Amino acid sequence: MAVQALDAARLPVDWAKLVQKLALATALFVVAYGVVPAYASGYLVEAILLPFLALSLAAVGLNLLTGYCGQLSLGSSAFMAVGAFGAYNFNLRVEGLPLAVTMILAGISAAGFGVVFGLPSLRLRGFYLAVSTLAAQFFVQWALTKFGWFSNDNPSGVISAPHLAVAGLSLDSATGRYLLSVTTVMVLTALVWRLVNSATGRNFIAVRDNETAARVIGVPVLRTKLLAFAISSFIIGIAGVLWAFTYLRTVEPAGFNLDRSFQILFIILIGGLASIRGAFLGAAFIVVLPLFLSRLGAFLFGGLFDSGVLDMSQRIVLGALIIIFLIAEPSGLSALFDRLKRRIGSRSS
Amino acid sequence: MTFFSHLRKAAIATAFVLGATAVHAEEQYFPLQSYRVGPYAAGGTGFFGGFIDYLNLINIRDGGVNGVKLAWSEGETQYEVEKGVEVYERLKSNPGIAAWNPLSVGIAYAMIDRITDDKVPLITINHGRTDTTDGRVFPYVFPLLLNPYSETSGIVNYIASKEGGLDKLKGKNIVVLYHGSPYGKETIPIYELLSQKYGFELSQIEVPHPGNEQQAQWLTIRREHPDYVVLRGWGVMNPVALKTAQKRGFPADHIIGNVWSNSEEDVIPAGDAAKGYTAITTQASGERYPVVQEIVKTVYGDGKGNLEDKSRIGSVYHNLGIVNGILNVEAVRIAQAKFGNRTLTGDEVRWGFEHLKLDPARVEALGAKDLFHSINVSWDNHEGDGYVTFQQWDGKKWNVVSDWIAPDWKLLRPIIEKSSEAYAKEKGIKIRTAEDADAVVSN
Repeated sequence: MAVQALDAARLPVDWAKLVQKLALATALFVVAYGVVPAYASGYLVEAILLPFLALSLAAVGLNLLTGYCGQLSLGSSAFMAVGAFGAYNFNLRVEGLPLAVTMILAGISAAGFGVVFGLPSLRLRGFYLAVSTLAAQFFVQWALTKFGWFSNDNPSGVISAPHLAVAGLSLDSATGRYLLSVTTVMVLTALVWRLVNSATGRNFIAVRDNETAARVIGVPVLRTKLLAFAISSFIIGIAGVLWAFTYLRTVEPAGFNLDRSFQILFIILIGGLASIRGAFLGAAFIVVLPLFLSRLGAFLFGGLFDSGVLDMSQRIVLGALIIIFLIAEPSGLSALFDRLKRRIGSRSS
Repeated sequence: MTFFSHLRKAAIATAFVLGATAVHAEEQYFPLQSYRVGPYAAGGTGFFGGFIDYLNLINIRDGGVNGVKLAWSEGETQYEVEKGVEVYERLKSNPGIAAWNPLSVGIAYAMIDRITDDKVPLITINHGRTDTTDGRVFPYVFPLLLNPYSETSGIVNYIASKEGGLDKLKGKNIVVLYHGSPYGKETIPIYELLSQKYGFELSQIEVPHPGNEQQAQWLTIRREHPDYVVLRGWGVMNPVALKTAQKRGFPADHIIGNVWSNSEEDVIPAGDAAKGYTAITTQASGERYPVVQEIVKTVYGDGKGNLEDKSRIGSVYHNLGIVNGILNVEAVRIAQAKFGNRTLTGDEVRWGFEHLKLDPARVEALGAKDLFHSINVSWDNHEGDGYVTFQQWDGKKWNVVSDWIAPDWKLLRPIIEKSSEAYAKEKGIKIRTAEDADAVVSN
């Protein structure tokens, strides 16, 4: 990956590729801002796109840390929780704070947390680091449950999303929340894409590939690792805000449990490590496929079995699919995608 | 089979998978966010089984409610909020929705804004967010029969009656063992308040979801030496609590279960450890009530019964499902009397719930005498003054050990209003008046 990036910087501009990329970007914009708001059903937006966008962003954040910088983390959903509860409290306690500022402040809180819980990474590696990030998971959930202040003393410890507005324009409708979500995800993804192609991004990869070698060539390893934790947690924190404010609109601390951390880790494993596209493909796989299977199962066998049996068999099918798929392509959906593209490309030329 | 017939089949299949099936013109539809797998499947299958059995009874015996057939479909939630929201979004496009009954506090919380926008009632029988009792702030949410605060008051009153009066509570030591979820935490402040009011010592201990490991908690309880332990559990947490209590030598007859720790599924797995355990309930268990008998005869006789295991007919959750069915159907009937015998809108059914008054005579006419006491919902009291009773497990069945007890509603109402008014302020909600409640959206 590092070599590729360096090569790309040296090569002359490939105009055909650039035009292709521009066309792709335009198509994406038209779909995201034109087709979806105009034609998508409420179900598609509320039950599929909103969780997909929030989880994709969280996966982009985790991919930066795990995929690019090589630091295994199981604290993602804790950082999401910090983002969500942070945004809720900033919004509640500072009157008239614009939504964008609220989100950035929430992201910064999550980043601060990320740095603190990233400190063990200076000494620990691999699975040992993963176990130490578990501490973040348990600590955050404990603190949010223990201190009622975080949920404005709601007896159940549940927070609900405030009225969402940007420049006086209400975003409370499904479409409004979708637009907020998709814009946030696009902006942050673009920033991450810039980052991984910059010198800092190459530092991340150098630390991942060989820490000693990176130190020898003058990469500030400690700073790089903490930076990766900070930026990754910032993004995951904002994903948490999207999850709480645009998707569920009511969340409890237990909603950000270890299962969610695993889910995000599986998204990047299935989608492909060190690949931004992989985060989106993986999130689509994890969010959409179970729904599709359950709808299909209910349609085909709905009359024969009750919904419990169907749900169980759907889990078996999903598990089998993941195993088959990872055997066929261990580098994830993103690699599969590339292979498909190459095959189609070689046939057409 | 030609290729095109395959193609057509596939197209129809896709259309069905993507779109909702059409509902007949005069049908009232119940979307069911049920859960038949996962740690809470026992509650889900029993409750939704009873609910569906009662809807079936009305369809088979009466041909629907005044000729309007009842329809329903299920979506599996596993008691998970995200899945509950997905099912909500999937089923809400069906026409003629009467009311939502998710039987999960977490899912109900996530639905409050949504159903308020849709103007469709959300029923959280025996559970839910306590301050939704205040219909002035929550027009579409109904914690019918028993909200968590009333339950708490009922339990404390019962303990007092065992000790010989509320003044005898002074100096007693009560431990509340609660489920680590919004449902479990809902009553923390009200136990605090009652402990101050009556002067008993209190400690509240959390059991993390799902609760199949409680050694640490019961060690703490043993150190505390409480007079009573209130079990505010759910699902697998309950039998584990009873068994662990036996191991630690705490007597079962000093454990009082709350309304979600009162079923056969909670005590049977605990075996001997559950003997003498007492729990609160709003509806008695057993098959002897006429309405349950009719379900056995008409619905199960017809092979349409929902419970796979027939021995669960008349169990606590099954009977709760039946009571929930009665309340939903009667709300529709009451609304029909005002708006006409046709498919009603969600807002019309909301009006029906706000006039849901079933006195003991009407409950008897419905075949549910002694199954539950009565209900009296109004536009500003969405709980409806449900009565509670206590039942004790003898190793084989539940026996009722108290009269119908009224919780201390007067004490609770100001606390509920304080909380709901704070919510209204936070959300910018205008407090509703009786006139607002009579304005109904009919299309």
